[in-house]
Amino acid sequence: MEHRLRTPLLAEDIHKLRAGDTVYLSGTIYTARDKAHAKLRSCGCLPVDLSGATLYHCGPLIIDDIVISAGPTTSGRMARYSEEVVSHGVRAIIGKGGVPGEGLQGKCVYLAYPGGCGAAAAGQLRVLQVHLPELGMAEAMWELEATDLGPMIVAIDCHGGDLYRDVKKSVQERLKPDR
Amino acid sequence: MLRQSETSLPAWVISTIEDALKSESNPVARSHMRFILDNIAMAATKSLPICQDTGLLIFHLEMGRDLHPRFDIRDAIAEGVRTATREVPLRPNAVDPMTRKNTGDNTGPGMPDLISDSVDGGCLKITAFPKGAGSENMSLVGMLNPADDPFDFIIRTVAERASNACPPLFLGIGIGGTFDLAARMAKRALLNMPGTTDEELDLLRRINSLGIGPMGLGGDTTALGVKIEKAACHTASLPVAINFQCWANRRASALVTEDGWSTD
Repeated sequence: MEHRLRTPLLAEDIHKLRAGDTVYLSGTIYTARDKAHAKLRSCGCLPVDLSGATLYHCGPLIIDDIVISAGPTTSGRMARYSEEVVSHGVRAIIGKGGVPGEGLQGKCVYLAYPGGCGAAAAGQLRVLQVHLPELGMAEAMWELEATDLGPMIVAIDCHGGDLYRDVKKSVQERLKPDR
Repeated sequence: MLRQSETSLPAWVISTIEDALKSESNPVARSHMRFILDNIAMAATKSLPICQDTGLLIFHLEMGRDLHPRFDIRDAIAEGVRTATREVPLRPNAVDPMTRKNTGDNTGPGMPDLISDSVDGGCLKITAFPKGAGSENMSLVGMLNPADDPFDFIIRTVAERASNACPPLFLGIGIGGTFDLAARMAKRALLNMPGTTDEELDLLRRINSLGIGPMGLGGDTTALGVKIEKAACHTASLPVAINFQCWANRRASALVTEDGWSTD
């Protein structure tokens, strides 16, 4: 099923989503990767309101406020912070490679943007402003306006659906020697 | 040449992805692969970096034995990297490993990384090979027991790590040598992609039968190519290195001759 959603996301918006669905997202999103998450942990807050927010695990290439290339980064590095961002109200995380579904606690969905597709993503994103610029281009929190950002796959939904977990389980089955 | 290496892919890489899409049965995998192909076309048309992770810059030099440059090639290439960082532009990725301070220009101690070979003649061929962190971070060297099966180790490593390495993947494998030679062979294997021996094709088939799929979301297409390099090793050792490379198998070459230079 295909969904067109707008941020900030409401609880009912994400409850409609099921693992395997396709999403195109419009509205404000925030990039956040290693250093912004570490800052959240050390300071307990970030310069943006995370309630209902969508975080994008992305270290963009942006020159003079023009998005040049901005695909997803590996979410696994930020997995240790999942519970914190969810407790601050984040309702969707965009990235690639996934995070353990338990950390999202059924309160946040994980949307998989095709990894490496930075040029295509750049055409769907516009800079609104930058927070924490002192962290550098890739690590700063860029506040971006998304226009039909996608196609993204709902990889982890709020109802226990988790494509990464399903694939890992099936891979383990296929690795068994007696097969 | 650096602009070309960051904004376009070799034709054989694109046709390999197109061929894999034709036989892919998983709808999520097909959606990702179609978008990957759209992204490749868009990057080439607009001359934009394919991926925001423009990588660390690795260069393979094939230096003619008759050449005696009166300048430092490393310095010259580093200068090219600084210029490309400003002009392509590239994301500044090189940082101090301890302070994490960004050098701002993609150079630093040991970077760019040069892999050099001597060849006959008076030409210099330089291949730029940008290497992103997503795939590099998943790479591994295993010092196996000689009684172990290296292919079993490779399959299990891929099964565990592929989903974070931006599959569909190219896998550079080094078997034998020493701890560091195995890793260097694995990197060189990426430069000699794709492998075509029965052993390489059989390993590719086994990896694709795992069902990991593009970005770990499931599917028939986990790897697009496997290349194996081997060296003699100690009778008590079995080093095996796996260098992961994402689908964006970026590279471009320049040939420098007496008459000037051309890119490929």
